[in-house]
Amino acid sequence: MKLAWKELIRRPSRFLTAGGALTLIVILLLLLGGLLDGLYLSATAAIRAQSANVIVYSADSRDSLIRSKIDSETRARIEAVDGVESVAGFGVVLLGAQVPGQSELADVALFGYEAANAKVPAPLPTGRVYADRTLEDEGVKLGDTLLLGPAGTPVTVEGWVEDTSFLFQGGLWGNADTWRGVLEANRPDQVLAPGTFQALLVTPHLGVSDQEIADAIDAAVPGVNALTKQEAILALPGVSQQSSTFASIIGVTFVVAGLVIALFFALVTLERVGLFGVLKAIGASSRTLAAGLAVQALLIAAGAFALGGALTFALARAIPPEVPVQLLPKRAVFTAVGIVATALIGSAISFRRIVRIDPASAVGGS
Amino acid sequence: MQDVRKVYGSGGTEVVALDHATITVGDDEMVALVGPSGSGKTTLLSIAGGLLSPTEGEVHVGPHQITEYDRKELTRFRREFVGFVFQGANLVPFLTAKENLLIAADLAGRKGKTADKRAETLLDELGLAQRMGNTPSALSGGEKQRVAIGRALMNEPELVLFDEPTSALDTKLGEQVMDLIRKEVKGRGTAAIVVTHDSRMTHFADRTVEITDGRLVA
Repeated sequence: MKLAWKELIRRPSRFLTAGGALTLIVILLLLLGGLLDGLYLSATAAIRAQSANVIVYSADSRDSLIRSKIDSETRARIEAVDGVESVAGFGVVLLGAQVPGQSELADVALFGYEAANAKVPAPLPTGRVYADRTLEDEGVKLGDTLLLGPAGTPVTVEGWVEDTSFLFQGGLWGNADTWRGVLEANRPDQVLAPGTFQALLVTPHLGVSDQEIADAIDAAVPGVNALTKQEAILALPGVSQQSSTFASIIGVTFVVAGLVIALFFALVTLERVGLFGVLKAIGASSRTLAAGLAVQALLIAAGAFALGGALTFALARAIPPEVPVQLLPKRAVFTAVGIVATALIGSAISFRRIVRIDPASAVGGS
Repeated sequence: MQDVRKVYGSGGTEVVALDHATITVGDDEMVALVGPSGSGKTTLLSIAGGLLSPTEGEVHVGPHQITEYDRKELTRFRREFVGFVFQGANLVPFLTAKENLLIAADLAGRKGKTADKRAETLLDELGLAQRMGNTPSALSGGEKQRVAIGRALMNEPELVLFDEPTSALDTKLGEQVMDLIRKEVKGRGTAAIVVTHDSRMTHFADRTVEITDGRLVA
C-alpha cells in the first residue's frame, strides 16, 4: 500500500493519461447531470412548489394540467371524501408577455391559485402578481406592468418568487379571477365558468397517506384522476423521457470511465509483471499487490473528481443563462461515489492477472 | 534437501528437472552451485527458497519442513526466513536504496526505528552509506547488486539464495561482490547457495556442487 502511494507521488507522469481522461469524464458527467437537473427543475418547479401532496385532474385530460377541467360540483364531492383536509383550485395559461422596454416577448406561465404554497405567498388582489425570478433575465422589474397574450391583458409585478417555472416558462402567480380574466380575453376556446378550475390540490388529514387519499378520491368521485405529486411531475410532458434519456447517457459514460481505468491498469500490470514477480518472491502476497492497485485507482479517481469538479464549477459560470445547468450537491456526491466505485471495479479486472503471476518467474532467465 | 524430484509437464511430455537431489547446507556454509544452462540449477534454487514445490522428496530449512506448505504458508516463509538476490538486482525503480531495504521489513510487518536503523547499518556495511537516498537509476551495476544483497539480509534470514549475482558485472566488480557476500554470510551464520556459471567465482564458496541433467555431483 505504501509502495502504491510512493509510486503515485514519485511517478505522477505515469498516471497522467488515466487521470486526465478520468478528469474529462468527470466534467462530462457533472455537466450532463447538471443539465438533467436543470431541465427537470425548470420543467417541474410549479408542481414541486405545491405544499399539497395530491393533485386531481379530470379523467378525460389524460393527466394534463392544461387540458383538465373540474367544476364546482365535482369539487364539492371531493371535499366530502373522508380524509380530505382541504382543497384548493389551481390553473395555468401559457402566454407571451410584453415587458416594458423590451422588444422580445417573454414566455410566461400565469397561474391562478387559491392558497399559499411552499414557494408562493397567498394570492394578491386581482390584477397583481408575483413573478418568478428567472423573468429578471427577460428584463422584468418590480412594479412593471406586463401585457399578457394577444389581448394585452395587464398585470402588475408586486414581488419575486423563486423556483416556480413551468415547462421552462417563468411563473406569474395571480388570484383565480386574474387568471380567469386572462383566459377569457386571450383563450376564448378555453373559458372556464366561475368556480371551475383545471386542477385541485388536495391536502389529506394528518396520518392519511397521499396514496390512500388519491385512491379514496378515485373511488368516490367519478370522472377524475387523483395523482400524488411525484406522479404528477412524471406526467408532465417530456419529463420522464428526458430523465430516462439522460440517465442512459450518464450510465454509458460511467461504463466508458470503467473501461478507461480497466485498460490503464491492465497495461500497468502487464508492465509490472517482472517487478510483481520479484515482490512476490520476497514475500508480498497477491492481496497486498492488488490492494496497492486498488488504492492507486481510488486515489486517481478521487483526484480526477476534485480537479474535474473545480473545472466544472469554473465552466458553469461561463454557460449562458438560457442553458438550464444546475450544479446540485446531491449530483456531485452521486458522481463522486460513482466514479470511485467505477475505478475500483475497473482496476479489479487486473486482480486475476496479479494472482496468476508466478513468484518463481523472478529466478532464472534474464 | 532429501531425495527431491521435480517433474514438469505430464504424460508423454514429462521433463525431469531435478532427479533425486539430496544436499545439505550447513548453518554458516556457502555453497556454489554450478552447471550448464538447463541443468536444474534454477529449479533447485526455487525449491530451496519455497518458490516451487517439489514433486517428490522433502525440504527442510532450519526447523521448517516446507514440503507440505500451501501457497500462503510459502509466501510467509519466504518473507520471514529466506533472502533472495536475483540476477538483475531487480530493485523497485522509484524507491531509494534505503527504501528498497525497508520494503522487505515492511512486508514482514517489521516497521519503525529498529528496521530503519538496521537498513542504515546494512547499507553502511555494504559501503553504500553515501548512496542511501539514491534511486536505482542513479546507482551503478555493482551498487545495485549490493543494495539487493542488503534487501536479502534485511530480515535476518536463515537461508540466502543468490541467482547469478555477478552475471551482469565485470570480473573485478564480481569478485568484490562475491567477497562481500562471503563476509556477510559468514558473519551472520546464515546458510547460502550461490548459483553461478562463472568458475572464477566458485573459490569464494566453502564448497562447489555441480549439477548436470538434474543430478547433483559433489
